[in-house]
Amino acid sequence: MLSKTDVFPRRSLRLHSTVAALTFVSAFASTAMAEGFNPTAVINIGSLYEPQNLDNTAGAGQGINEAFNGNVYEGLFVLTDSGDVEPKLIDGYDISEDRLTYTFTLKEGVSFHSGDPLTAADVKSSIERVTAENSASSRKRTLAVIESVETPDDKTVVIRLNTPSISLPYNLSYVWIVNDDAGDISARADGTGPYTLQEWRRGSALAMVPFEGYWGDAPSNGGVMFQYFTDATAQNNALLTGAVDIITSVQSPDALSLFADNPDFTVSEGASTTKELLAYNDRIAPFDSVKVRSALARAVDNKKLLSAIWGDYGTLIGSFVPPTDPWFVDLTDVNAYDPDSAKEMLAEAGYPDGFSFTLDTPDYDPHPVVAQFLQNELAKVGVEVKINIITANEWYTKVYKAQDFEATLQEHVNHRDIVFYGNPNFYWGYDNPEVVKLIADSEGVSSIDAQTEMLTKANKIIAEDAASMWLYLYPQIVVSTSNVSDYPLNGLNAQFFVSNIKKAD
Amino acid sequence: MLAYMIRRLVILLLSLFLAAIVLFVLLRLLPGDPANALVGVGATPEQIAAAQAQLGSDQPLAAQFVKYLRDIVQLDLGNSFVSRASVLDEISRRLSVTLPLTLASFVLALLIAVPFGILAAVKSDRWYGLLLSVVSQVGIAVPVFWLGILLVYEFSLNLRWLPSGGFPLRGYADPARAVQSMILPVLTISIVMSASLMRYVRAATLEVLGSDFLRTARALGESHTGALMRHGIRNGAVPVISVLGIELSTAFLGAVVVEQVFSLPGMGSMLLLGIQQRDYPSIQGVLIVSTLLVLMTGFLADLLQRVLDPRLRQGGKQ
Repeated sequence: MLSKTDVFPRRSLRLHSTVAALTFVSAFASTAMAEGFNPTAVINIGSLYEPQNLDNTAGAGQGINEAFNGNVYEGLFVLTDSGDVEPKLIDGYDISEDRLTYTFTLKEGVSFHSGDPLTAADVKSSIERVTAENSASSRKRTLAVIESVETPDDKTVVIRLNTPSISLPYNLSYVWIVNDDAGDISARADGTGPYTLQEWRRGSALAMVPFEGYWGDAPSNGGVMFQYFTDATAQNNALLTGAVDIITSVQSPDALSLFADNPDFTVSEGASTTKELLAYNDRIAPFDSVKVRSALARAVDNKKLLSAIWGDYGTLIGSFVPPTDPWFVDLTDVNAYDPDSAKEMLAEAGYPDGFSFTLDTPDYDPHPVVAQFLQNELAKVGVEVKINIITANEWYTKVYKAQDFEATLQEHVNHRDIVFYGNPNFYWGYDNPEVVKLIADSEGVSSIDAQTEMLTKANKIIAEDAASMWLYLYPQIVVSTSNVSDYPLNGLNAQFFVSNIKKAD
Repeated sequence: MLAYMIRRLVILLLSLFLAAIVLFVLLRLLPGDPANALVGVGATPEQIAAAQAQLGSDQPLAAQFVKYLRDIVQLDLGNSFVSRASVLDEISRRLSVTLPLTLASFVLALLIAVPFGILAAVKSDRWYGLLLSVVSQVGIAVPVFWLGILLVYEFSLNLRWLPSGGFPLRGYADPARAVQSMILPVLTISIVMSASLMRYVRAATLEVLGSDFLRTARALGESHTGALMRHGIRNGAVPVISVLGIELSTAFLGAVVVEQVFSLPGMGSMLLLGIQQRDYPSIQGVLIVSTLLVLMTGFLADLLQRVLDPRLRQGGKQ
């Protein structure tokens, strides 16, 4: 009964990017329902991602971001659902000439759920919770640029860096501001967000109620209950029977037919950042050859693959960068589907009769199906694919850590993760000095425009190098009953802001 | 009887000890050090060493085994790697779902299986007696998860009578919803369980029906039903009870599947989650507690058999 995606929730494979901030597309689902909603209605949200504990520095998983980011805890900045980085708990900030010192002025009148006022000391301890030695936060590495945090007075925080970092505001949007008196927060919470944690029953549900003393706009609903499912079918049934109002991300296209043509439900497609790709081990022959990689990319009809797996949903991409990253450009024409030229290029590269390789394929959806499709496509240009099914754990140890593989399939879920191509030690071993330099330098620039320009250039180079075979971008699908509106669609970084959600009677 | 109880208790303790050894060995046979699971993928060698020291996995096996036994005796099952919470607390919370689920299913299965099993035996020459045997044969072949899905489809999705899954946030403090969310899971387990129980009850009854003592009772003037009630049930119950112990254990383990189908926060889902997350303390804790419960069930079933059957008490054979 356990579907394979559940065994290893794909977002647990989040690998992290360091790059900086700004602008994307898309917004909130707004239907005609905005009028006439019930401000006391409790919104029931179905999710497959139960947090493992309530502390995002203690390996709580993506579920905690979904439930708590922006709802129970807030940061100095917020990454909005449209991808902008905006100030949240600060009134403003100054950057020194050398871009090494940031001075933040905290917002007045902000208090924690326990009643304590927000002070600079809380911010300092919150940043240190993430950077602490025993912290398991995925953001720890990106905040390593922080040299010190000082608190000249209660409302001022000074952060000193050891090297300029254009991404600091973006990275700070991941740091929860926690009351410094809160102690262990693995089973309770004390944040500044619009909701307080009411109760969490492990394996079942997590309830939040509006915080009376919230500094900002009061929520449009009377509370939220996240109901956790271990099985996607059980979750769909709960939506069908009205036990939940929304499911946060649909993992399989099969389920959509239940909802798509039914007026009782709304199916919304947001911008996803999850990329399905075939990663070659670029260190070893024949995959160290750009010609071979380009040939293979041209041999595969991605459009056919995407439609076989997701029907009308999902997007084709010509590179690793999704449309919601600022450095996106449409590169689907580079190495577009063209089996004839694929054969020619293989011959030019010295493989007129093709070759064979082993494709390490994670055992959960959609990888095995994708592997078979690739096997068929590549056979047409004389390349034999040997499919080797492995578990997610094996993938970590064999492919990710030991880098002992020829090619593998994987989904990469983060936005702004082009930086992986700037790290020659990353599992796929892509090593182009120009890209390494562009990505490294883009962090030290003084403007977002300069950063965007450099990363756009890097993006084009990896596409021309066919560094990996980027197959498609997953759709990000939220399904709700039709009397619920104004929920976030994109779910960037697994966030799910619930404060604006409205439910009509 | 007392001597037997003591002997049986010694056997119980010995089995527990053996089971503990098997669990210990099995968990250590798994590839990889639990310390790796504790600190995660990106850990430095220093962090792994620190985790090993914390878990004691750097100690010699003998020392680890002594500590392991001591912890079990003291009911210290450690803290989960992922939630950091006490495993024993979590298990007791989860048992509050799994035990009622198992026991209610068991009772319901008995309520179905005993009367229908007897009926199937007594009326084995009638069409409905035959039908009952056929139904129970078919019922044995039904996979639990499939039946669960069918019940959800009919009673939740079509009729909208019952929730399709989940358990209320406040648990039994929300009694109406808690009971509602238990109905389909209980039906699922008990229907499948009653099918196989019915076969045993039917077989035991048939044997009793052909027995000399029943004929003698009839000869002494008791009615057919009276003789069956007074002598038949008690005699027929003895072999059934030995099966019941096993069935109850099976139901407990079958809860793993049913909890998954219905998203119930019980022991079964805890075990599955623990395995997915390589949460060694949770896996070990669930296995220890389940083993204990299964062995205790066998122990109680044996005692009950002795109470019902004087021949066993006198050291005789059935």
